[in-house]
Amino acid sequence: MPDKPKVAFYWCASCGGCEEAIVDLAEDILQVVEAVDIVLWPVALDFKRADVEAMPDRSIAVAFINGAVRLSEQEEWAHLLRRKSQLVVAFGSCAHLGGIPGLANFTTRAEIFATSYHDLPSLDNPDGVEPLERTRANGEDLTLPAFFDTVRALDQVIEVDYYLPGCAPPPDLIMGAVTAILKGELPPRGTVLAPNKAQCDVCPRKDTKPDRIEISEIKRVATSTPDPEKCFLAQGYVCLGPATRSGCHERCLHGNMPCRGCFGPMDGVYDQGAKFLSAFASVLAPRDEAEIEALLDQIPDPAGTFYRFSLPKSLLHRRRMA
Amino acid sequence: MATAVIAVDEMRKAKAPVGAIREPRIVGFFCNWCTYTASDLAGTARMTYEPNIPVVRVMCSGRVDPQFVLKAFEDGADGVLIGGCHPGDCHYQEGNYKTLRRFRLLKRVLRQFGVEEERVRLEWISASEGDRVQHVINEMTEQLRRLGPWTRQGAERCQTSPR
Repeated sequence: MPDKPKVAFYWCASCGGCEEAIVDLAEDILQVVEAVDIVLWPVALDFKRADVEAMPDRSIAVAFINGAVRLSEQEEWAHLLRRKSQLVVAFGSCAHLGGIPGLANFTTRAEIFATSYHDLPSLDNPDGVEPLERTRANGEDLTLPAFFDTVRALDQVIEVDYYLPGCAPPPDLIMGAVTAILKGELPPRGTVLAPNKAQCDVCPRKDTKPDRIEISEIKRVATSTPDPEKCFLAQGYVCLGPATRSGCHERCLHGNMPCRGCFGPMDGVYDQGAKFLSAFASVLAPRDEAEIEALLDQIPDPAGTFYRFSLPKSLLHRRRMA
Repeated sequence: MATAVIAVDEMRKAKAPVGAIREPRIVGFFCNWCTYTASDLAGTARMTYEPNIPVVRVMCSGRVDPQFVLKAFEDGADGVLIGGCHPGDCHYQEGNYKTLRRFRLLKRVLRQFGVEEERVRLEWISASEGDRVQHVINEMTEQLRRLGPWTRQGAERCQTSPR
């Protein structure tokens, strides 16, 4: 079968969970392998950059790229795969929104290096060596990719055709996307390939939500156990359900964990964190300034909590650097 | 959302002389019943104040989605001023209490983003307080002049369309 469509998988700044999600397709992966030619999949198969560079432009039908862009190497790969592919799918929260690696946008390259190579108590680095982009050792020039100050989502680096949200995307959404691509039944470019409904709309606990939520004490899963039946927000837990797209099969909620927002916002929302902030502040009980401040003191890291997966795609993108 | 964009566009059209230090650009979101009426009063009473603030009239300060504030900064504003009715005076009973809670939480988030305190301000100004509009706008403009412009970072290639 010489004309099976070619498919590439690539990873940028990610944990490997998205690769696991592809393996989680279980038997379904056999259908995929039967229908396509996998021409690049670094986690599983040995391909080099030169192999991809040698391919004709636009010869790959679709490239699934997971992970955020934190290093110059990832940026180069993103541009290379964009050139070689007809479609690029941002796969998973990090490629879609910046994800957990994107939280590094609250700090800078210098601060990260200071912590990682100088300040950590468990560190053994007497000469204070830091990684360099160019070094000479044993008569050889050695290079490392550049480490950016700012982590970016994939569509902040290259044009992206579709988005598969989630940390990691669930198997049915992946198969749905692959099937749609193989059949050529694609929605408009730029679509997030998941339902456009809020998590609260499909929440198994939604019947327990009171008509009017009023939070007078904010709780944390680190210090208390949520009631396994009741609406998290009504109990006082920060649950990003109102500002998060559904389609994840409520995996966290079934595990008695409030929604952390990995599916990102619904269509039409510019900034998931701000949208959640708006909803959350409106259900807080106090009206008095001092009482409001006392209640807000119970959220140790509001920006990190509200933008847990979406900081690079927020309207401000990062903490301002000096 | 569109209103904030229009406000900033208007500011961009007002050209500063070449070589001049850029004047602060403030976007105002004023509640229809109190602060907007107060700014009308300031106008009819011929009070003068700094021209750095195009005002977007909203029906209630509770209508100000925190996204409006962030979008204003993304589109080139240096500061945002939200004006509402005094506590207890909201035309919609409790809109301004929601504004207050959102504002307090937003300030905490903005601090983590490195946005200075002076750039975002909430003021309760009733319909009769035209002089207060004049005072607050003048004071904020002066503070932002000293602080300098807001510059966006981390958006070298960035799509602002909703995702």
